[in-house]
Amino acid sequence: MKSEIQIAFENCKNENRPALLTYTVASDPNKKKSLQILNSIAKHADLVEIGFPHSTPVGDGGQIQTSSNRSIKNGFKMRDVFRIVKNFKKLYKTKPVILMGYYNMIYQYGESKFVSDCKKSGVSGIICVDLAWPENKQFAKKCKKKSLNFIQLLSPTTTKDRMKKIIKDSHDMIYYISMLSTTGGKLKVSPKRILENYKKIKRLNPKKNVVIGFGITNKTIKSLKTADGLVVGSMLCKTITDSLRMRQNPVTKLDKVVYNLKNKIL
Amino acid sequence: MSLKIRKGVPLIDQHDRNGMWGGKFGGNYIPETLKKPIDDLEKLFSKLRKDKKFIEERDYYFKNYVGSPTPFIRLDNLTDYLGGAQVWAKVVSENPGTAHKIYSCIVHCLIAKRSGKRYVCTDTGAGMQGKNLAMVAKKFGLKCKIFMGIRDIERQQKNVIVMKKYGAEVVPVTSGSQTLVDAVSECMRYWVANCDSVHMVIGSTVGPCIFVKISGYSTSQISRELKVQLFEEFGKIPSKLKLLNCVGGGSSAYGFWSEFIDYDKNQIELIGVEAGGSKKSKLHAAPLSNNSKLGILHGAKAYCIQDSDGQIGETESLSSGLDYPSVSPLHCFLKDTGRARYTSATDEEALNAYKLVSEMENISPSLEPSHAFATAISLAPKLSKDTVICVDSCGHSLKDSEIIKSKLGFYTE
Repeated sequence: MKSEIQIAFENCKNENRPALLTYTVASDPNKKKSLQILNSIAKHADLVEIGFPHSTPVGDGGQIQTSSNRSIKNGFKMRDVFRIVKNFKKLYKTKPVILMGYYNMIYQYGESKFVSDCKKSGVSGIICVDLAWPENKQFAKKCKKKSLNFIQLLSPTTTKDRMKKIIKDSHDMIYYISMLSTTGGKLKVSPKRILENYKKIKRLNPKKNVVIGFGITNKTIKSLKTADGLVVGSMLCKTITDSLRMRQNPVTKLDKVVYNLKNKIL
Repeated sequence: MSLKIRKGVPLIDQHDRNGMWGGKFGGNYIPETLKKPIDDLEKLFSKLRKDKKFIEERDYYFKNYVGSPTPFIRLDNLTDYLGGAQVWAKVVSENPGTAHKIYSCIVHCLIAKRSGKRYVCTDTGAGMQGKNLAMVAKKFGLKCKIFMGIRDIERQQKNVIVMKKYGAEVVPVTSGSQTLVDAVSECMRYWVANCDSVHMVIGSTVGPCIFVKISGYSTSQISRELKVQLFEEFGKIPSKLKLLNCVGGGSSAYGFWSEFIDYDKNQIELIGVEAGGSKKSKLHAAPLSNNSKLGILHGAKAYCIQDSDGQIGETESLSSGLDYPSVSPLHCFLKDTGRARYTSATDEEALNAYKLVSEMENISPSLEPSHAFATAISLAPKLSKDTVICVDSCGHSLKDSEIIKSKLGFYTE
């Protein structure tokens, strides 16, 4: 049986456009609002990534750090992320949800319990920032057993030999990190170069859905629209921060931002 | 894998293929982007360790720049005053960098030069790591960036001034608790974004496996010297010896102990002293002596102060250099194998120890080793006169002069 993730990508391909993936942090700015945000942006997004925040996120830049801190300060607990997914899936039964976070959170929750709660709440895939290949082999297997996608990451520093091995162990989706940067960095590599690297991955296995993330905003998204999918995260976190500061409703703000992002890649 | 220390092999090399000690501590929990630079560093380091020229160069700087060996002295007045075991100090702080950090800064800069990188970056808590890297980088013609929490910048101004004097850029870290833990995170983020041109230096035996190894490899010089000095003083390794060292990340303690790990613990006891924080506070920076749970922080699995969800916990200590929620995988391994034991001293105990030692003796330990002195002071009276207690005085107090002045009312160097 095809996974929700696979189906989502196929649907986009049929419409001849890349999939739009959003990233927001669970419980940012609070539990209720973060669900409202998801419900609203999912009208435009093809897959939604939900971050479970960690206090020391070494791969994240300022925007996602701010969102993570806000969520933790507001009392985020791991069980909240599953509640949010469960409620989200009531409204969007087939929209794939991908959880993203750091390994210590999964480790403390217990790998098996984490996987089983993912399954129960309707999560489709998992990205673990600091559990790279081959360290992730066992956990990735555990996920696959429960037909959860463990999403492997590739970066500009990944050698070709390593790439082959990682792709071999990957499931339906692969995440390509556009440049040497934490999340939210300014795109310092030309879209042409990024797409060249992207094509290298696709040549190794054309069947895998490869998404590009890091440094993608309303300004850069159009130049990368030939990819299978594009992830926007920090820009959305920043929008939440800005709207809170300006006493605006983050839900309507994000709705608009994601709508505009989608229009740029249609 | 059983938790057992192998004899005749340096502890830094007793990890498995995954970079884990005892299959349980350490490892490489890092983002994909860092896999290649870390892999490159591992290969380069293992090559350099066998490279005679590299070792000659290292030893040249250890001797002519650090001034090896640093003094090993008997603290006569303190010994008489305590009326029990003999108390000795290995005054590692007697070097141009006034702390043990100088060893790994030299080794890292030599590696950076070999790798063709012209930039180095590091984290710092008390500012000792920052000061030493700034100093050594300048000597070797490397550009240097130091990440430091703004809370530490405030409380360790003296070292900040020195770093800037040596031309380093000091980057204030404003996230989280604004102390060492955040400085390390920010330094790692900077490396993620600049790993093609920058060599990262981690200030202690923490972080991904290779950084634990390089740090421990460098500080091992301390125990190599001590072993010779013990023979010179006693004609043999004393039959009752206790080696006391403060433990934050744990690089000075590992270096102080590495040559003695194979000895029977009844002959040579290894005692690590963590930062217990203020007497009045529940917070501390002592994951080993408080039985904190295993967790993953900054690329390694180790005992770590955290909540049940896995969020890294708040720490507290008067000594910035020990103010870290986790600890080296090497010390987790030493603890679980029973080879070393760990305890903690409070801020107040460390201050009192500083006062007593600096008044009685011609040395002036910083607040970090003052924690180890505090334990020595409480142990010595209960022990026989033929017992030798040796404390690693790994940092000089000048950087703490403001804190000491505010707490004790005076400071004399």
